[in-house]
Amino acid sequence: MSEAIRFLKPRTAVVARRATIIGDLVDLLPPECVVHEARELVPFETDAFVAYRRLPLAVVLPKTTEQVAAVMRYCHRYGIPVIARGAGTSLSGGAIPQEDAVVLGLSKMTRILEVDPANRTATVQAGVTNLRISDAVSPEGFFYAPDPSSQLACTIGGNIGMNSGGAHCLKYGVTTNNLLGVTMVLVDGTVIELGGKHLDPAGYDLLGLVCGSEGQLGIVTEATVRLIAKPEGARPVLFGFDTSQEAGACVADVIGSGIIPVAIEFMDKPAIEICEAFAQAGYPLDVGALLIVEVEGSEAEMEATLKKIVEIAGRHGVRTVRESQSATEAALIWKGRKSAFGATGRISDYICMDGTVPLGKLSYVLEKTSEIVERFGLRVANVFHAGDGNMHPLILFNANDPEDAARAEEAGNEILKLCVDAGGCLTGEHGVGIEKRDLMRHQYSDADLNQQMAVRAAFDPDWILNPSKVFPLEGRPAA
Amino acid sequence: MQTSFTAEQLADPQVAESEKILRRCVHCGFCTATCPTYVTLGNELDSPRGRIYLIKDMLENGRAADAEVVTHIDRCLSCLACVTTCPSGVDYMHLVDHARVHIEKTYRRPLIDRMIRNVLAGVLPYPKRFRTALALAKVSRPLAPFFDRLSPLKPLAAMLQLAPTGALRRSDSMQPGSRAPEAERRGRVAILSGCAQPVLDPGINEATIRLLTRLGIEVVVPEGEGCCGALVHHMGKEDPALGFARSNVDAWTREIEAGGLDAIIITTSGCGTTVKDYGHMLRLDPHYAKKAAHVSALAKDVTEYLATLDLPKLNSRELTVTYHSACSMQHGQKITMAPKNLLKNAGFVVRDPPEGHLCCGSAGTYNIMQPEISQQLKARKVKNIEATRPDLIATGNIGCMTQIGTGTSIPIVHTIELLDWAYGGPKPAKLH
Repeated sequence: MSEAIRFLKPRTAVVARRATIIGDLVDLLPPECVVHEARELVPFETDAFVAYRRLPLAVVLPKTTEQVAAVMRYCHRYGIPVIARGAGTSLSGGAIPQEDAVVLGLSKMTRILEVDPANRTATVQAGVTNLRISDAVSPEGFFYAPDPSSQLACTIGGNIGMNSGGAHCLKYGVTTNNLLGVTMVLVDGTVIELGGKHLDPAGYDLLGLVCGSEGQLGIVTEATVRLIAKPEGARPVLFGFDTSQEAGACVADVIGSGIIPVAIEFMDKPAIEICEAFAQAGYPLDVGALLIVEVEGSEAEMEATLKKIVEIAGRHGVRTVRESQSATEAALIWKGRKSAFGATGRISDYICMDGTVPLGKLSYVLEKTSEIVERFGLRVANVFHAGDGNMHPLILFNANDPEDAARAEEAGNEILKLCVDAGGCLTGEHGVGIEKRDLMRHQYSDADLNQQMAVRAAFDPDWILNPSKVFPLEGRPAA
Repeated sequence: MQTSFTAEQLADPQVAESEKILRRCVHCGFCTATCPTYVTLGNELDSPRGRIYLIKDMLENGRAADAEVVTHIDRCLSCLACVTTCPSGVDYMHLVDHARVHIEKTYRRPLIDRMIRNVLAGVLPYPKRFRTALALAKVSRPLAPFFDRLSPLKPLAAMLQLAPTGALRRSDSMQPGSRAPEAERRGRVAILSGCAQPVLDPGINEATIRLLTRLGIEVVVPEGEGCCGALVHHMGKEDPALGFARSNVDAWTREIEAGGLDAIIITTSGCGTTVKDYGHMLRLDPHYAKKAAHVSALAKDVTEYLATLDLPKLNSRELTVTYHSACSMQHGQKITMAPKNLLKNAGFVVRDPPEGHLCCGSAGTYNIMQPEISQQLKARKVKNIEATRPDLIATGNIGCMTQIGTGTSIPIVHTIELLDWAYGGPKPAKLH
């Protein structure tokens, strides 16, 4: 197990009272809502950032906002850390617990509360998966736009915690641009409502503050999201290039010319091979880099947009252009792309970076990334949201070799610093979590960080909500 | 995912295989979304990822199974929806098989649980005993509500409620021997007569034999065939499971040597998944590995085989069929299009139910052993099927037919019965 990133020392007073705490939680909740047997806690020790693992003190799986509030009241009274967990798909370790913490899982809160076509909103419990929202509103002609690759499994609560993005966010924005309101339980158990069905709430935009706060300002239990009308048609088109640099330059040129396709996704050769092996989507295997560009609208609109993009791609030496010919083919193209990380597991362990860079720097950063990874004697596969400049180098390594794992982490840190130095940021959509916490000083000055921590402390003065995450352990205010 | 096994542990071929499977898992969590028990219970421990983690922890520590681990493994339907979903190619089926064998070897179940399992394992695979048991169940049915009130006895209540209430038709259609083709000879196949299916619904194999022989296929019921072993295999009872497998491999190998076989036809997809796995189950047995692999390669679901015969397209009929794809069909054998295409080609209007990837809760003996979860899944499945407003339901697995049939008044038939009817056979009795 990796050890480079430290967790906070468990609060000894809390750990010592473990038996009492469990007894009290069992009294607060129905029996099927508390997990505390030693064996049963093990599967909760990590999320999709599986290199780091810590056993929790207990896991609670409440079914209602009232039950969440009861747990928060209790944990607040006794200073017990609480880690919110949606589907546990975080790639930055946002849901990894620690020995003195109660994991508060939202996986039993899976009801779709209301679909309101007239106001283009859906209100759901926090444990509803991202894709289920789109499925539920599809008969009304709508969808929920942000589509993380894990959308099949990840929850809207987790999406709000991490301000998640996805392939289609290029046009429609990320979670924060599609979130209208939440019901949230504060650290002391107070239940508040932020926003609603309207576009702009009166007063401060606290909703914007909550979105992306990684479970540190409160526990979101319900969300109202904006729905988008399904387009008349949508078509992914594959553009093959000889080199990643050409593909990268093409992306910058497309966006620079004022065209906003729904999505521009990038895959380099290793990523193409991995995804093709899994999905058999018909990705060209004889190219060095591939762009999946999705256009949408009427036939005429799609044709017109596509014509412009093909012209630009031509200037960057595009080798192959292939439009998907059927809905099945389009679905396979997206299935392959969205399964890229998991499919990588067929050939290797990996860690996935999430740096975002200005589009003009895409080619440069891709080149430097390869150099860094090579210097560490590792391999990399790149598959990412190119239109947003949101890079996802997957650094391949052997998890059963501790030295290899350490090298992968170091290479990852260098890549993220490279992104920041290129004028970008550490995370585009996966959140800081535990993974990028210690790099926050590379991104922010002390004054910046102190300001963010002051906001955090206003909500949670005792730092019990997801305490080991986001902010470097050194330089925190005394609780 | 990182694993920590010692070289000594890895010397055990089962452990070595499980280690390889675990190494592929990247803990992404996609599998949770399509797992019927996670969707129903909302607890990661009842999801594939949670079970994989529990199994990993148990095997790495070389620990005997305990009540907690057993609870969550027992709740797994083995529907294999997770295998369809997993982008990393984690072979959950063989991992959970290993876990079940480990449980059976290292864990002593409570007395009633043990008794019920032994009864099921001792009765269901044997048609004569099963027939007698069903007759007993019919007269004991009034006891069901009593059993249902006592938690450890709930499986007995479920058993009684699932037993058919009507008279069972006896059929001697599965006597060993050959059925000659009635048209120009196109092939020769063996048919797995099975154990529970011919007792519950002899019409399925009869329709299969009628249709195949009409199409010019010689159908052989080999001497010495028996239960495929799936039932005990899923209970972790390795020795009897391998015993069934070897005995069937022998029976079919004799037939292959005698007159050659183009396929071994299976009309219950649950059995199909297991027979197709014989090659793997017997891979460590030097006397059987090769023969078993050959048998597995020949095993075909009846619809899979029919799809190779180019049946003529028929005029459309005014009958809407919702096709329920059994888990063992779509996830276990990855057969998704063939049955629906055959039905469409035969003139039926075919619909897919929403959430078609979710199990109906039948899952072998699951509806007996885990009645509460099974009932919830049944209700969900029936609701989804009824939402498509079909005239009838078709499926390729007797377990699903029994399960769904006890939850809806819409008639449910085997795909092959409709195909036999469409291509000149009698109308299925259930549609009269």
